[in-house]
Amino acid sequence: MAVTDPAVGASAPDFRTRLQHWIPKIVLSPSLAMIFVFVYGFIAFTVYLSFTDSRMLPSFGWVGWENYSKLWRLSHWEISLINMAIFAGLYIVVCTAIGLMLAIFLDQKIRGEGVLRPLYLYPMALSFIVTGTAWKWFLDPGIGLENVMHTWGWTSFSFDWIKNRDFAIYTVVLAAVWQTSGFVMAMFLAGLRGIDNEILKAAQMDGASNWNLYRRIIIPQLRPAFLSAFVILAHLAIKTFDLVIALTGGGPGRATELPATFMYSYTFTRNQMGIGAASAVIMLMTIAAIMIPYLYAELREKK
Amino acid sequence: MKHLMMTMKASVAALALSVGGANAADVEVLHWWTSGGEAAALNVLKQDLEGQGIGWQDMPVAGGGGEQAMTVLRARVTAGDAPTAVQALGFDILDWGAEGALANLNDLAAQEGWDDVVPEALQAFAKYDGKWISAPVNVHSTNWVWANKAVLDANGIAVPTTWEEFTAAVEALAAAGVTPIAHGGQAWQDATVFDAVAMSAGGPDFYKAAFIDLDEDALGSDTMKEAFDRMAFIRSHVDENFSGRDWNLATAMVINGEAGFQMMGDWAKGEFLNAGKVPGEDFLCFRFPGTTEQVTFNADQFMMFDQGGSVSSEQAALASAILSPSFQIAFNKVKGSVPARTDVAGDELDACGQQGMADLAAAASSGNLFGSMAHGHAAPASVKNAIYDVVTAHFNGEFDSETAVAELVDAVSIAK
Amino acid sequence: MAVASSDTAIRTGRIARTFIYLVLLLFALFYMLPLYVMLINSVKPLSEITGGGMMNLPDIWTLEPWRKAWSEAQIGVQPTGLKPYFWNSIQMVVPAVAISTILGALNGYVLTKWRFKGDTILFGLMLFACFIPFQIVLIPMARVLGVLGLAGSTWGLVLVHLVYGIGFTTLYFRNYYAVFPTELVRAAQIDGAGFFQIFWRILLPSSGPIAVVSVIWQFTNIWNDFLFGASFAAGDGAPMTVALNNLVQSSTGVKEYNVHFAGAILAATPTLLVYIVAGRYFVRGLMAGSVKG
Repeated sequence: MAVTDPAVGASAPDFRTRLQHWIPKIVLSPSLAMIFVFVYGFIAFTVYLSFTDSRMLPSFGWVGWENYSKLWRLSHWEISLINMAIFAGLYIVVCTAIGLMLAIFLDQKIRGEGVLRPLYLYPMALSFIVTGTAWKWFLDPGIGLENVMHTWGWTSFSFDWIKNRDFAIYTVVLAAVWQTSGFVMAMFLAGLRGIDNEILKAAQMDGASNWNLYRRIIIPQLRPAFLSAFVILAHLAIKTFDLVIALTGGGPGRATELPATFMYSYTFTRNQMGIGAASAVIMLMTIAAIMIPYLYAELREKK
Repeated sequence: MKHLMMTMKASVAALALSVGGANAADVEVLHWWTSGGEAAALNVLKQDLEGQGIGWQDMPVAGGGGEQAMTVLRARVTAGDAPTAVQALGFDILDWGAEGALANLNDLAAQEGWDDVVPEALQAFAKYDGKWISAPVNVHSTNWVWANKAVLDANGIAVPTTWEEFTAAVEALAAAGVTPIAHGGQAWQDATVFDAVAMSAGGPDFYKAAFIDLDEDALGSDTMKEAFDRMAFIRSHVDENFSGRDWNLATAMVINGEAGFQMMGDWAKGEFLNAGKVPGEDFLCFRFPGTTEQVTFNADQFMMFDQGGSVSSEQAALASAILSPSFQIAFNKVKGSVPARTDVAGDELDACGQQGMADLAAAASSGNLFGSMAHGHAAPASVKNAIYDVVTAHFNGEFDSETAVAELVDAVSIAK
Repeated sequence: MAVASSDTAIRTGRIARTFIYLVLLLFALFYMLPLYVMLINSVKPLSEITGGGMMNLPDIWTLEPWRKAWSEAQIGVQPTGLKPYFWNSIQMVVPAVAISTILGALNGYVLTKWRFKGDTILFGLMLFACFIPFQIVLIPMARVLGVLGLAGSTWGLVLVHLVYGIGFTTLYFRNYYAVFPTELVRAAQIDGAGFFQIFWRILLPSSGPIAVVSVIWQFTNIWNDFLFGASFAAGDGAPMTVALNNLVQSSTGVKEYNVHFAGAILAATPTLLVYIVAGRYFVRGLMAGSVKG
């Protein structure tokens, strides 16, 4: 894509073209101003808080690295980081795969698309404070799926992941995929519907198979949609909070604790805002370490 | 940014001056009593105030036993828009008192003689620095056991009063193929049981040393290991699906006769009554074996936010209405708890309620009334949650008892 | 860009189509499962639920829980049901979604078609802003709203949702417009069209699918937000989720699961309606006519 500023071409800039030159920047500026104050300003404030003795409310007694050293002594901070890696990895990959597959399938002149689309999307609409209960019951071996299979005569059927410390995190993945894979489908569907059909027809005439059509032409064109999907999913993975609270409450034990629940718990319920802020800073740094190289590669190539 | 921090620093002191939102003759009340009975009971208070020409702006925020409301409160105070009265528990009240954000109710308290009628252990959470800062509504006690009478009778089990009798009863039920103990594996429920178990294993002095004084020797003692061993015994006698279960579904197991006992606070009674069960006939309530004389409690209170240096007349009216004997009885009849003042007649309460009142009065006068660790009335929130972490990890088999004791000492020291 | 048909050019065989339908139906079942649990439990008496039959069809069918959740259940001290809180949420959601989507579309337009030095870095900064944890925002945001005099007002909430939604809407539109042919913009410029004219006549008409995605995302997030709604709205003005939360969460009271499920479905109805209505704009071909004309 050409990066030349369209307005530069005009010679002898009169007032109108000068205005035209500035309009894009003026349009962008309110959004940027808000983000600089409410995001980067608050991040700076949090970094500061992480070095203070803040407990119930922010206070400003400097304690140096104490909050960070306490943080790393807490065993369930490590658990929550490991859970994050498992959860985010699986969640992002599975959601993207299912979303892309459903979008491609739905794009095949499917009868009843209008019915199926909202069916795939509706989980997004439901708040997890209640849906969590439905999932909890469904996954509970005593009352849910396992019990139903047993009453149907399949008595060796066993599905007790939610009660198992080593597997409970996968039930969180399952419910999270259920909630957002439909939305990822919508993102890819929007991308697919924006692709120029002329190119496809030309390629078809050259005898390309459907598989090659997707692999060589369509999926590469969806790159921006993949970027959107990745950012959205990564952000959701990091912020997953309600789901864990409603589904497992962080349990069994502390086996499904995630950084978001950890941060909330230290900042608000445990009145240890300093440690909460320190954990938030670590999280932000981790995100930056992953996102910046990715964004750099993704955005630079466009030149 | 600097300006922002400075204004925040000043905010707690300044909030007093800017009680936005509420009109002059209104009280804005932040609370988390939103389930049917509780909210209806609170409506009594609202009508009482409206009878005096005081409007009631309701600000309910439920969730996590008040945790959600406390988060919202922090945002409201930081915005300089504190509610007039806020429901709160234990150490949260003292923390706000320490911030200097609460009004001094001493004049009203003296006039109405609160010092004489509210148990001293409870006053410790209603006063800061010698000043009354909140109005107590009720006292929940947490060391109750709820039992299905038919199940106990069928297996020839009498109400156990010691740990040994309890283990024998539990094993008899297990042998009979009944789930002995109904339990929900959530951190706060594990800790509620642990409260009673520690009290029963080590007695009141140990309880106080470990959970209130946070004495490292008591926390790391053999008695503490014994308490964890007893938790392990309980763990091995709950059904295999206990993890994550809501407490009221555990109560339902006792109601339906699937399980014999449940250890839970007095709010569990509401579930029994709601299912049409009669205390003494269908279900039994008794103190956790080995803690017959002791009462561990948590109490709901309303703290009053300072309004320009003095108590507003609306706040005084609200506080006075909360402590009026008629409201105390009307409310606690529905809530399952007992009145915060010990001088009201309990005739209107059911058998369990009356026993609760008698136990509370006896424990208060014999020095056996202690704040519940699990419910934030023994140690501050940071320590409470640190204990939760260890108790729930042990209960779910992550630690053996010995490791749990060591972890407990460590966790408490980080959180202190 | 001339697209004649309203479907993809891909053709598939019979066996492949059967397979596709099968997969689509299987997934439909998967997505429906929790809804099934919620629906059947919302039409049975509480005693059947606590009796253990969570997965069974009701013995006694009743719509009582729905009525209760809508108009009778205790939300605060008064038994109002969820009814009065709908309007509060609508008042907050509609302006917040509209403004953030429009700003997102304009930002995306600038970042792809009116590029300038450093725009990629600015976009990167906007993207990274999406990741800020709400836990750290709450307290400073409360202070700022207090200073601005917006604490406890609907406009305060609109501002908050605008701030934390704009990164996403910009992302959607920027990535969508990135593949939109820049030549069309150049051509229009040569014809003398200005910044807003080009946006209005050329990009906007073909933005249907992505506008749907953006609206769905924003509407869902703002409608379902609890933390900000609870913290920054005054009692009477509390949004729907706060009311739902109060209906559902109760630490020491009796839990009426059937009413909870009915309430949850009721609370989600507006979002569901948006999905169905907005879904119409997914249809391909919107771009065709307008681009040419």
